[in-house]
Amino acid sequence: MTADVASPKIGISGAEHEAKLHELWETEPGLKGLLGTVDHKEIGIRYLVTAFTFLIVGGIEALIMRLQLAGPNLSVLTPREYNEMFSTHGMTMMFLYSLPVLSGFSNYLWPLLLGSRDMAFPRLNALSYWIYLASGIFLYAGVLTGNAPNDGWFNYVPYAERLYNPGMNEDFYALGLVFLGISTTVGAANFIVTAFRTRAPGMSINRMPLMIWGTLTANVANLLVIPAVSLAFFLLWLDRNLGTHFYMPPDGGQPLLWQHLFWIFGHPWVYAIVLPAMGIVSDGLPVFCRRPLVGYALVAFGTVSTMVLGFGVWVHHMFATGLPGLSMSFFSGASLLIILPSAISVFAWIATIWHGRPVWRTPFLFFSSMIFLFVVGGVSGFMTASVPVDWQLTDTYFVVAHIHYVLLGINVFPVIGGIYFWFPKMTGRMLDERLGKLNFWTMFVGFNLAFLPMHLTGLLGMPRRIYTYGPYAGWGTLNLITSIGAFLLAFGFLLFIINVVKSLRHGELAGPNPWDANTLEWATPSPPPPYNFAVIPTVTSRYPLWEGRIGESGIVSTLDRGMLLAEGKQTIGTTGVDSVPDIVLKMSQDSLAPVSLAAGLSVLFVGLLLKSLAVFTIGGLIVLAALIAWMWPSFELRERAV
Amino acid sequence: MSRLGDYPLSYLAADGTRADHILPLMYYLLSVAIIVCVIIAALLWVGVRRHRDTGLAPDIREVAVIRGVPAVSWIGWGVGISSVPILVGLVWTMVALGSTYGPPRDPALTLDVTGHQWWWEVRYDSPDPSQQFLTANEIHIPVGEPVLVRLHGGDVIHSFWVPKLTGKTDTIPGQVNIAWMQADHPGRYRGQCTEYCGFQHAHMAFEVVAEPRADFDRWRAAQLAPAPAPTTPAEQRGRALIEYRCGLCHQVRGTLAAAITAPDLTHLASRRMLAAGTLLNNPGNLSGWIENPQQVKPEALMPNQFLSAAELSDARAYLETLK
Amino acid sequence: MSEHAISQPRDLPIGPTGRVGVGIWGMWTLIATEAALFSYLLFSYFYLGAQGLSGWLLEPHPSLKYALPSTLVSLVSAASMALGVRAVRREQRSAAVLGFLIACVLGLVFAWLQLADWRAKPFHLGTSSYSSVYFVTSGFDLAHELAGVLMLALLALWTALGYFTARRSTVVTVTALYWYFVTVIWLAVFATFYVSPYLGFGQWH
Repeated sequence: MTADVASPKIGISGAEHEAKLHELWETEPGLKGLLGTVDHKEIGIRYLVTAFTFLIVGGIEALIMRLQLAGPNLSVLTPREYNEMFSTHGMTMMFLYSLPVLSGFSNYLWPLLLGSRDMAFPRLNALSYWIYLASGIFLYAGVLTGNAPNDGWFNYVPYAERLYNPGMNEDFYALGLVFLGISTTVGAANFIVTAFRTRAPGMSINRMPLMIWGTLTANVANLLVIPAVSLAFFLLWLDRNLGTHFYMPPDGGQPLLWQHLFWIFGHPWVYAIVLPAMGIVSDGLPVFCRRPLVGYALVAFGTVSTMVLGFGVWVHHMFATGLPGLSMSFFSGASLLIILPSAISVFAWIATIWHGRPVWRTPFLFFSSMIFLFVVGGVSGFMTASVPVDWQLTDTYFVVAHIHYVLLGINVFPVIGGIYFWFPKMTGRMLDERLGKLNFWTMFVGFNLAFLPMHLTGLLGMPRRIYTYGPYAGWGTLNLITSIGAFLLAFGFLLFIINVVKSLRHGELAGPNPWDANTLEWATPSPPPPYNFAVIPTVTSRYPLWEGRIGESGIVSTLDRGMLLAEGKQTIGTTGVDSVPDIVLKMSQDSLAPVSLAAGLSVLFVGLLLKSLAVFTIGGLIVLAALIAWMWPSFELRERAV
Repeated sequence: MSRLGDYPLSYLAADGTRADHILPLMYYLLSVAIIVCVIIAALLWVGVRRHRDTGLAPDIREVAVIRGVPAVSWIGWGVGISSVPILVGLVWTMVALGSTYGPPRDPALTLDVTGHQWWWEVRYDSPDPSQQFLTANEIHIPVGEPVLVRLHGGDVIHSFWVPKLTGKTDTIPGQVNIAWMQADHPGRYRGQCTEYCGFQHAHMAFEVVAEPRADFDRWRAAQLAPAPAPTTPAEQRGRALIEYRCGLCHQVRGTLAAAITAPDLTHLASRRMLAAGTLLNNPGNLSGWIENPQQVKPEALMPNQFLSAAELSDARAYLETLK
Repeated sequence: MSEHAISQPRDLPIGPTGRVGVGIWGMWTLIATEAALFSYLLFSYFYLGAQGLSGWLLEPHPSLKYALPSTLVSLVSAASMALGVRAVRREQRSAAVLGFLIACVLGLVFAWLQLADWRAKPFHLGTSSYSSVYFVTSGFDLAHELAGVLMLALLALWTALGYFTARRSTVVTVTALYWYFVTVIWLAVFATFYVSPYLGFGQWH
């Protein structure tokens, strides 16, 4: 029984120890490694590359739309094409880019930020990526076969029902989203357990980087609300294919049931796709301001309360649907009050800049400009929160301006800044700084040129989701400016791609900590070895790498001496709040079960799409086999004694 | 701003009671929004540039890491000050909601509007059944009097919106929603569908004509009348054509055309626009529309008619009598 | 906590042990998300019912002929599971296998009762929104049940193979949690579809 309990060996690292760890942790070579890797860093990079690919595709869709709308009565696109274009653009950006890109960052960084060697569930991590990839391909198979979604990303009924939408467009969308939802859910489970059980010893909950707070909060929300949208789409699929009556009025269906289920998911979702990025800014900005973040605890509190309040505002997407005044008042009030916890972060960031010594590197430009974009998006949200005013603003381009300020401002800009920030860690090379600054200014000017005038376009009454407009309305010049801005923004983004491609080969070599930053990932080589930390660090403050320079007295963190955990693929498990070690976790090896399960699910969903019982059954059997193989209690992982 | 408010769908100006009550609140929120953006931009601009020497430091390690002042009061002040305009906005919202929500207790006129893909069915209600009639896409109302609009969903969700007069309310199948409007001045106010409803959502507009009571009553009486009898052979041929072709979907009261799946055409010639606010109602456009609706509104539910030139001319001759 | 306890811990369990491990947390997240799913299904029922016209409830007094026995079977099955878990903790292998097998068989009985209930209904999936939400919700419940039955069968097999000891039984703990969750979900579904009409829901039109 003594093998079941042990006191981990303590020591410092050395060449032999590192070689041993390297052998234990590195991905197997060849196809088995490619398909079966559980290395969170490889998975993180895959997420980032796939998400950026979808960003580019979604961006091209936007540019084509901007060509169509650059002037009145143009015919670049037919109405059918335009409707599919805006729907696909929305689906791509909202589902295939905005969360996965943050998952990519989190997957790559979390164990490094937390002083750990892997996520809590490495195979589940791999699964979430494979399902993301498979569902993305599934959804775009629809697009490429002329069956793109055509009812907007929000997909209101009855237009989404078979009576009005007879093609396969909506079946691809509905099933594809249910499929994708599995990825998001298992990812959420992984992040939550990782955050609570695998932090470095001593990294109590008030010492975690704010990116952890932001992502953790977002994922708790996702865990609870993804079922709402998956259910909504599944019920739609049933209505369309098995004759149920959930949403269509004859025989008791209710169109608004869709809207409630969708927005109960949809509103928390929009916070889920920005809170992790706000965490990126909260962690990155202090590095470039050369001082700790102002008001860490308040920012953490603000993050959680924004998410909690975010569950109580969904009806503000439904103010024009004829709901009772009393219920609308409640949601209007909540939508106004939710501004306050967001304001905490904004003022914390401004104060950190004001009382810091900002160094104007490219990441800093993205992180600081985002504050302005956040506020513009926030105040247009403030305007739409008021019910009577929303009755004028909703469904016009004012809202389109609002959503793009919050989405690009609070997701894309921090993401690009985050790439500039962590690219050296991921690749060992710096991105070009001069090109970076040009990239920033082009994107910033282009974005504002495109979307600032759009507020006025909305106030002049231009409705959303129209494929063209007449010259009488006064929208022509504004739309032209927006289209020009959009192309400038796209050019800026192209500069970003060029910078990445160029720097992968020719970028200046980076050491472990080129930015003199303060969190644990910067204590590892660039790029980090597969095991991240040769020795498990013990943490005693929020900024382990800045200790001694920011005047904190007391015991310092120990990074070079600690648990070795080299008797197999091991990392330390710790308690939820205080992060006291309580178990040595055995991490799984590379495994083909996740990719097999994803493949089986793909077959299963194709079976549903084609309404083929045979295909569905084959898929189901593959799923079952993969699950049983995966769940079979393992001796290596100590799930069983024999 | 008044010039910006003049654009047909702009709601920067209001010409109706309901929109009037929304407008000051909107300007308040807009002003707060702009002021906040300017203040934050200024704080950022100054904050970023306060230490220009460190900004341009060639090596980040040259700029020493400092503990920095706690500065938590920024958050306190920032959130505290922000809460004031938010709370004012909240209270004002409740007040404005109260004054704009409720339908008028004593409407001078009640309409039943049904949203269809891609046109508006308008039924003038009355306690006297002989005073009820159906029309499409052009709504007349008496100036200065409250009008109740009951909204019905015909197929998918649409949204009824006349920016200068009233906020949006959706037409949802399975339920009846309520909107109301009261025009302050006579005029022609454009409305637009504002809930995505399919291919021709972009071309689903309508007009609300507010006129003095006497003019309104005259218009209403004219609308109640059935179609006049044709006086020329061309009009006669036209009517026959309308009856057996267009009557499959359209209604012209007083003839055999009695279907109501498409707009009522009984007084087509009295309307300023065609095809739900897409084309001006003139002979050329009318011909073009009848002959080739798919060119004007691709995917519209009206198929191309493939009429001969003579048939088209006859049809138009008859339709032009439907004043 | 002293510094040493944190940086140089002694006598830590290696791998999942008794109640310590990450697998149990993982199961709780699965339970949370599935519970949310059922909440939205029940929300749909209450929403459709509240908005529905008179006569929405196709069965104003739903027959309890199968539902009540189902509830009983479900509870007994959960008890049998608990006994099986206790036997594992006491290293009583055959008692454990028996407990799990009984729970498994009772799960199949539950499924049979559910299918009988479906057959006995005077409406079908496409009759109305009431029937749709009834069949889809009870269908989801049945699917979770059957997944649990399969898990229990495997658990019985693994226990019989001698995989588990009192210390190494996280898989048992996790499966038990899932099975109790399935019972709780049935109770919520039962209360919503079979009990709330008797309490007046859907009857006020």
